[in-house]
Amino acid sequence: MLSMIEHVFVEQGLVAAFAVVGALMLVSNFASRHLTAGRVHGSAIAIVLGLALAYVAGLYTGGKKGVADLPGFAGIGLMGGAMLRDFAIVATAFEVDVVEARRAGLLGVLALALGTVIPFIVGALTAVAFGYTDAVSITTIGAGAVTYIVGPVTGAALGADSAVMALSIATGVTKAVMVMVGTPLVAKLIGLDNPRSAMAFGGLMGTVSGVAGGLAATDPKLVPYGALTATFHTGIGCLVGPSLFYLTVRAIVG
Amino acid sequence: MTIFGVALLALCTLIGVFLGDLLGVALGVKANVGGVGLAMILLIAARSWLLARGKLGGGIKLGVEFWSTMYIPIVVAMAAQQNVVAAVRGGPIVLIAATVSLLLCFACVALLGRFGRRAPAADARVRHGGAVIGGDLDDDAPAPAAPPPSVRKA
Repeated sequence: MLSMIEHVFVEQGLVAAFAVVGALMLVSNFASRHLTAGRVHGSAIAIVLGLALAYVAGLYTGGKKGVADLPGFAGIGLMGGAMLRDFAIVATAFEVDVVEARRAGLLGVLALALGTVIPFIVGALTAVAFGYTDAVSITTIGAGAVTYIVGPVTGAALGADSAVMALSIATGVTKAVMVMVGTPLVAKLIGLDNPRSAMAFGGLMGTVSGVAGGLAATDPKLVPYGALTATFHTGIGCLVGPSLFYLTVRAIVG
Repeated sequence: MTIFGVALLALCTLIGVFLGDLLGVALGVKANVGGVGLAMILLIAARSWLLARGKLGGGIKLGVEFWSTMYIPIVVAMAAQQNVVAAVRGGPIVLIAATVSLLLCFACVALLGRFGRRAPAADARVRHGGAVIGGDLDDDAPAPAAPPPSVRKA
């Protein structure tokens, strides 16, 4: 009986994922309304629940893809994978107020520049503080603090050690998770309540998954504005990581 | 027809991602440079073009907006497949690098957001977008007498 149910889940992967995520959202909305009196967004609870499930599943399977490593939940991997995620992000652009977006264009560019440089410097300094002295390792860890894709791309281009690469990816993933969970908590404090600041936020935080999750948990209306700038982040990071940043670090540490 | 909306969205995504790949090759980067962002800009352009010609029918809107309303569930699925174990086990170097850069960037958001900030725009269009992406298009429907905000704005 149980194996037959599992068989259906495996065969109908994506359909099963819709049902599972729907149930998760239902539970989260219920918890939001009755346990927090609506103070915490249902989507914020759902995202934290998702992360918690990913942690438990990761411990259980030893894999890297959270719940999606369980055969019965492989459809979650498709539903939340890069393809459908990007598809849905593009769809949110349909709701963008063009005037508002254009007005904040320059701000977005400035945010992108700061959002690449600041995490890199912090990551690089942390690496130095923990005893790394070679330019390749310092650059790779610094790049990981930009996003978890910039880290390994930079590391691979520079031929970094695999342990350093793992550290770099872990830094990026940790940042993404912290953005997802932390954004709704600090939103009010940092004035994240209008399209303009959302564009600055997207450019500064970079990590598309972090921004996508963080804004969804804070206020859905801000999503397209943040995503618009955030999607340029990884590309720019991959551009300057192995080139400009590496050369700068090498010039400093020799 | 609804499929036209979905197809339009797909086309914009494909072209955008392709342009992002081209941009990556042109810059000598092993990554897609802003493909999704370019796709978003294409979709915004397509929307204004259709709207200007009066061809933005209900079917097309439904096809695209359905996928915006699926945004949050998809993000939840995305959260459920993160490598959270690696993040938790990362150790002090990971924690410090991530936390400090995050705090500095949050501070910058506060700073940049203040820059030339106007009175918070209680824009109908922005709010309508929030309702769609939030996944409850019905709850949002304004008094039936008023035309939908998106139409009025145009």
